[in-house]
Amino acid sequence: MSATLHRREVVAELLAERGELLVVAGLGSTAWDCTAAGDDDLTFPLWGAMGQAAMMGLGLALAQPQRRVLVVTGDGEMLMGLSSLATIGVQRPANLSIVVIDNGRYGETGMQETHTAHGVDLAAIARAAGFADARTVRAAGELGALRAAIHAHPGPNFASVKVRVEKLPIILPPRDGGLLKARFRRALLGASADLQ
Amino acid sequence: MNAPQAVGVDWPLEVHGALRGAGITIVSYVPDAGHKRLIELCHADPAMRCVPLTTEEEGLGLATGAWLGGERSVLLMQSSGVGNVINVLGTIKECRIPLPMIITMRGEYGEFNPWQIPMGQATPAVLEAMDVIVQPALEAKAVAPAVDAALRLAFNGYAAVAVLISQRVIGIKSFQEQAAQ
Repeated sequence: MSATLHRREVVAELLAERGELLVVAGLGSTAWDCTAAGDDDLTFPLWGAMGQAAMMGLGLALAQPQRRVLVVTGDGEMLMGLSSLATIGVQRPANLSIVVIDNGRYGETGMQETHTAHGVDLAAIARAAGFADARTVRAAGELGALRAAIHAHPGPNFASVKVRVEKLPIILPPRDGGLLKARFRRALLGASADLQ
Repeated sequence: MNAPQAVGVDWPLEVHGALRGAGITIVSYVPDAGHKRLIELCHADPAMRCVPLTTEEEGLGLATGAWLGGERSVLLMQSSGVGNVINVLGTIKECRIPLPMIITMRGEYGEFNPWQIPMGQATPAVLEAMDVIVQPALEAKAVAPAVDAALRLAFNGYAAVAVLISQRVIGIKSFQEQAAQ
């Protein structure tokens, strides 16, 4: 069954009227997707640390239990950090959601197939690891419910959203790691964060 | 001299106090026999959230997220785990994330397992190659002061700092001794 959803439309819908949502964007295509939806001080787009997006989400969720935290990452990035799903399953942060934009490809390196293109089921793995909600999304009609879950459903929540293989314009966020960190902390914690 | 925590210095208790004093609220770890008591002390502390990891690099992701959210964390691991964190140390440096690591050494001094020796011997060089500040603690009474200094360096300097606790301090000399921990 080939995917029909467009990744930019999916991410734009999930981040629409995001309110106080804190976002970690995995390196590569998902960072460009989140930037295309609107660069935001409360998005931390990654340019490296492949495999660590979910763990950054966990750290943020534990530090900010009153805020909702969303990790948007790719299937290749999630596969590299697969065991972090087990670590998150032990901590069970109710405010954390992980959405994998799953095109079954390594998009930045020549569109080679990832393991999900061969049937590896990320949602089943997340469910087995103890996520409260783990689903695979294939239709546009399911995105509203996923967005609602990200904002309100007791987590940890996981979704693999199957999207088309597409070559899209690269929309770059700032790339200075110190700047991205500082702007996020200032927006979240106030100017006093600069003095911590 | 061979017994753990010899010479009457309860370094895990002192280190736990240093972590409390520095406002550490999140403690992540991959277990090591040398960290057994410190891990237990942190788990028993209601002010600390303990996060067992499946692999050490998860601790760097966790520390980054925690710092973005305004909390201070520390990572406990064994020297063999240093090889697992190299690439993510690049992100820690680029983003200037405070990252105190407390590392118990294997393959360093009187090691009984030859498979531990290559990574143990390479540990300081590997860390320094990634610009981590390395502070050895060669005896029990030196551990807590080294941790206290490392916490200051990490959070005042937005830096990655590793305290390497020598096998002289841990004192485990055989599989049997390790299993009896």
